[in-house]
Amino acid sequence: MKNFKEKAMHIVFLITALVSVAAVVLICVFLFANGIPAIGKIGVFKFLLGTEWRPENDIYGILPMIIGSIYVAAGALIIGVPVGVLCAVFMAGFCPKPIYKVLKAGIDLMAGIPSVVYGFFGLVVIVPFVRENIGGRGFSVLTASVLLGLMILPTVISVAESNIRAVPESYYEGALALGASHERSFFFIVLPAAKSGVLAGIVLGIGRAIGETMAVKMVAGNQTIIPESITSGVRTLTTNIVLEMGYSTDLHREALIATGVVLFVFILLINLAFSALKRRSGKA
Amino acid sequence: MKQTAKQKWASLCKDPVSLLIRLAVCLAALITVLTIIFIIAYILIKGIPYLSPDLFKWKYTSDNVSMMPALINTLLITVISLLFAVPAGIGSAVYLTEYAGRGNKLVELVRITTETLSGIPSIVYGLFGSLFFVKACGFGLSLLSGSLTLAIMILPLIMRTTEEALRAVPDNYREGSFGLGAGKLRTVFRIVLPSAIPGIVSGVILGIGRIIGESAALIFTAGTVAEAAKGLFSSARTLAVHMYAISGEGLYINQTYATAVILLAVVILINSLSELISEKLGGKNKNG
Repeated sequence: MKNFKEKAMHIVFLITALVSVAAVVLICVFLFANGIPAIGKIGVFKFLLGTEWRPENDIYGILPMIIGSIYVAAGALIIGVPVGVLCAVFMAGFCPKPIYKVLKAGIDLMAGIPSVVYGFFGLVVIVPFVRENIGGRGFSVLTASVLLGLMILPTVISVAESNIRAVPESYYEGALALGASHERSFFFIVLPAAKSGVLAGIVLGIGRAIGETMAVKMVAGNQTIIPESITSGVRTLTTNIVLEMGYSTDLHREALIATGVVLFVFILLINLAFSALKRRSGKA
Repeated sequence: MKQTAKQKWASLCKDPVSLLIRLAVCLAALITVLTIIFIIAYILIKGIPYLSPDLFKWKYTSDNVSMMPALINTLLITVISLLFAVPAGIGSAVYLTEYAGRGNKLVELVRITTETLSGIPSIVYGLFGSLFFVKACGFGLSLLSGSLTLAIMILPLIMRTTEEALRAVPDNYREGSFGLGAGKLRTVFRIVLPSAIPGIVSGVILGIGRIIGESAALIFTAGTVAEAAKGLFSSARTLAVHMYAISGEGLYINQTYATAVILLAVVILINSLSELISEKLGGKNKNG
């Protein structure tokens, strides 16, 4: 009897372990089964490279959204990465203990703020600021990039910081012993040694930026054209889905699911890059 | 060799590169801090004056824009999601740490899938939920569909924190228990899990934080009906979705600020709770 109970629970635990595997399989199957046929109907090249998105005429080209996602993510990196990495260096090497605790708590809080709150903040603060000081309607690539740059900060900082801390103390001491100052040793010896780990944080940040939906939707303007300048409106892959999914039917709906498939493939590639980098930094 | 501030300053002036580096990193930290303070202060200052009792009426109308139903829905969705995610998360973490032998192929597979799950953006979860739970399972736009979608979303988080907590339990606890004649099952439930509880709880709290902040995954699974859910199969919007909905209408900017204050307050509460717990752990639960 007792033996039976042990065996039964072993199987129960095994089944729970398989839940996540089943979830990934289900997600892949349902997304691909519902999205791929639409890509077939529209035509792979027309879908991926088409520059027009006009559901009312059954024209579905998502190139503007692909480019939009890339622009916005790139903009987020330009803003978020320098600040994030330097802040991580500060926290790992220059930060007095009492300040560290406060800073760490603040960054954790920043990671916890819901994306609607960020989006609303962008809507009432960054959009008017861009409109009045830089030009355009305010709903733009620039606005979305700044907002996403802020949103990826906590991700970049915490991954980069823990990797900088993982560099052996002897690197730093060796540099000091050769006469380098504290600043130089940290910046030119310790930081380069943590290169793959810091890159992993950046890649994770890219994933966040590409995947973010609600905040971007609230500030990006959502026009389905390839943006001409940083002050023109932009629509990303994620926002394309959330904007039209509610009222779409038939091929339109399937085309939106196919947009999700493209996004999903993007994210899988980014994840692969992330785990490869993580493995490398683990070995170093 | 402690330097005084003055000596430090003198040596920094001699080496402009060092000075520049120090300035740059301090500036970056300053920007980060100011951003956090600005966002939080801005929302609080703009929102707190509008926290009127009207916003907490039991019934939602387009006049009072009450967030009470949304609050109730948030609580319901959180509880139901946890009911699914916590047993599954803990069970699989137990399997990975206690049952699976070294070099088990399954462990590698589960690790890859959880990493994949934690990288998937919430809109893709929403899309999947609307295809699978809403359509294929026939649950419709409902509390249940939304909760199940979110359960999958927070599963990797709970698995990872539980696994870390279980691995931190010293092996001699297990050996002691076996030595006293306890079976594997008894050891897991009586010895290993109880000593890992703080870690598990802090993972669950982080999961709650994600559920409360989520919106993209819920719009197409739980829907946007602004009333308190009557049952598992009725559509219901959570606080974050509520905030998104009223911010889009343009008429309720002040109420949106007020809702943002409540959301922020919940997030701050959750963060301090999880910090308190990890402090109790002595910070040994930090992942690298």
